[in-house]
Amino acid sequence: MSRLVLGPFNRVEGDLEVTLDIDGGRIRSARVNSPLYRGFEQILAGKDPRDALVFVPRICGICSVSQSAAAAAALRDAMGIRPPPNGERAASLVLATENLADHFTHFYLFFMADFAREAYAGRRWFDAAQARFKAVKGSAAADALPARAAFLQIMGLLAGKWPHSLSLQPGGSARAISSADKIRLFALLSEFRSWLERRLFGDRLEVIAALDSAQALDNWQAARAPASSDFRLFLEIADDLRLQDLGRASDLFISNGAYTVDQAVLFVRGRWQLGEQHARPLDPASITEDAHSAWMADSPPLHPHRGQTLPDADKPDAYTWCKAPRLDGAVAECGALARQLVDGHPLMRDLAVASGGNVRNRVIARLLEFARVIPAMEQWIREIQPGEPFCTQGTIPDEAESCGLVEAARGALGHWLVIRKGRIANYQIIAPTTWNFSPRDAGGTPGPLEQALAGIAIGEHERVPLAVQHVVRSFDPCMVCTVH
Amino acid sequence: MNLVWLQSGGCGGCTMSMLCSSSRDLLGLLRNAGIHVLWHPSLSEQSGTEALDVLQACADGRIPVDLLCIEGAMLRGPNGSGRFHLLAGSGRPMTEWVAALARHARHTLAIGSCAAWGGITAGSFNPTDACGLQYEGDVPGGLLGAHYRSASGMPVINVAGCPTHPDWVTDTLLGLALDSLHHADLDALGRPRFYADQLVHHGCSRNEFYEFKASAEKPSDLGCMMEHMGCKGTQAHADCNTRPWNGSGSCTSGGYACISCTEPGFEEPGHPFTQTPKLAGIPIGLPSDMPKAWFVALAALSKSATPQRVRDNAVADHPVIAPAIRRTGLK
Repeated sequence: MSRLVLGPFNRVEGDLEVTLDIDGGRIRSARVNSPLYRGFEQILAGKDPRDALVFVPRICGICSVSQSAAAAAALRDAMGIRPPPNGERAASLVLATENLADHFTHFYLFFMADFAREAYAGRRWFDAAQARFKAVKGSAAADALPARAAFLQIMGLLAGKWPHSLSLQPGGSARAISSADKIRLFALLSEFRSWLERRLFGDRLEVIAALDSAQALDNWQAARAPASSDFRLFLEIADDLRLQDLGRASDLFISNGAYTVDQAVLFVRGRWQLGEQHARPLDPASITEDAHSAWMADSPPLHPHRGQTLPDADKPDAYTWCKAPRLDGAVAECGALARQLVDGHPLMRDLAVASGGNVRNRVIARLLEFARVIPAMEQWIREIQPGEPFCTQGTIPDEAESCGLVEAARGALGHWLVIRKGRIANYQIIAPTTWNFSPRDAGGTPGPLEQALAGIAIGEHERVPLAVQHVVRSFDPCMVCTVH
Repeated sequence: MNLVWLQSGGCGGCTMSMLCSSSRDLLGLLRNAGIHVLWHPSLSEQSGTEALDVLQACADGRIPVDLLCIEGAMLRGPNGSGRFHLLAGSGRPMTEWVAALARHARHTLAIGSCAAWGGITAGSFNPTDACGLQYEGDVPGGLLGAHYRSASGMPVINVAGCPTHPDWVTDTLLGLALDSLHHADLDALGRPRFYADQLVHHGCSRNEFYEFKASAEKPSDLGCMMEHMGCKGTQAHADCNTRPWNGSGSCTSGGYACISCTEPGFEEPGHPFTQTPKLAGIPIGLPSDMPKAWFVALAALSKSATPQRVRDNAVADHPVIAPAIRRTGLK
């Protein structure tokens, strides 16, 4: 048996180390280490609850608005208020913009570059992949970065800037939208839609959103040349490398539900286990965090309202700063795939029934969200009523226990807040990658990535095995969120 | 010029912000200025040992590093060990890597307020013993020490901000590459003066409300946010309202206060961020360079002269009274 320690992983947000035990040319077991600890939960303790809105976005420069949205939701829960209809739409637009921009960054900058590496020279799709996706030099870098920057101008309008805005408030948005703003928003969104339809899909978003089975996707693929669009090229690569056989985890998927407007959500909250007909409700009370493998003072698994964060760098047998969240004690995966499976999208359900959670399905689900979310954003813009309020005012109680559950691009994000005597007594955060890259719990059960890496074949001379990189990046990890 | 970029005790947001550059081709812009991105955590191809080999060669001086960009605070804890961030795959504290690279670098840049001063990561009781490259808050020192100079003879260039504006970073890099940014172009805190010799107040779209001290009272109000909402735009060094963010934005146009994120120690203002601390009803933090007595006198005068339009619009989330139309020509 041999051991391979991999890191740093670039093209993931933040620092990551993976230790692989290899036996007979295959990964026998993996251990995931989140090597950076900053202590936000300790920093927040004792502060005025409103100050959370300044600190939490700065947990992460790529999920910044998601963190703001979760804090605003936790404060809102404590205050017992509801945003006005305009406020819900403005906040949903800001969150959706970040989430889609993150999917875009992941696909064009982080994930696809690995298929342009020399190790794949000679594959039938290689020349196209290299010309388009080569890191720094490929045409996508020059093409996609300006499209991303232009799309994020929505943030300049609605949130002042990105990342790190304070426009999201418990009562909605501090930035009211005028009729003139609505027109600008429509124009900015339209520009992004056109780019996606031209480059990413080579097709209308509505056509992509309407793909309702694996067969429908096959038909769509068969009718188009491999290099006709970036999505089509990805499908070509995925077929050839059999990415549907790579990176399977526990196949229990969770979603906090996303984009609340008029008390309805665009994507429902719930949990779905492969094999079940319907998603079931997600009970936040059944979430615990287990510090067994983390460099944190040991404790039994605790609900986040009782959670504690006490670093202990010398703890024996610990191997990461990340605690292990569990749902009813079980390992769960979150992300765009989980969101779409819980919501019951027929294409993703059909693909998952055949092959579970894997590298290909995670990427398809992410791209599908462009097609499902942008039309919803267009609708929210149309429904905004200039002149009507955007922010409900309220006061923060002296005593409260509350939580804010949202969906970041990468999946389920929760903030648990305890207020005592008007100050933050406890603030616990479980980020999407905390779920996905969690370490072993006290029962020895590995986290999702650790499970997803087990069994992968490793070539004898591979220093940084590409299959491992595909699996790691398929989760779109955000390591700065993971430990915070 | 070789550029190496490393991230430590921060959020990666300065990189994410830089990628929002309004340049139609950011990477081409750097390339055309002669900047070669040797390694950047969000952009480069190499991972693992491939990346560590490059960094080790730079740390040994075998590969020259012209532009060393550090994003995120330096985490010295626990107990001086640096173990709150061991660079993945290396087993070595990031603080050691940065110190080794900085010994050879021609220019050393702190990208963002975390790398410059410690920033948000140094908040509260500073659980990770975070500091900046050459400052700990506003005290010179930090990881590299007050006397550190890079090979060019310059101190650490503090491109402070939380996050940094894309242009602050790209224009600093271009200035160095084109040999048009020198020691004299940095302010007393090591920040490039092209953006740090301005105040966020300059060009603020709420200036008319400021003139009349017509103040916002709650989130989403249009009025000036200095009196009640914690805004420090009249003291914060940055050009955020003359160099828009993400197309057309800024904090104050986005509906919220400037929290002075380019300044050392901004993370612990000593009051809730969005609530102005006052003494006898007067904000403690007055506009830079303004004598208190004059401020009080002018504020009292301008409040009494406030037009109805400005007074009413200040506490609404959209203009409820439009400016009167007057005939052009001599008035």
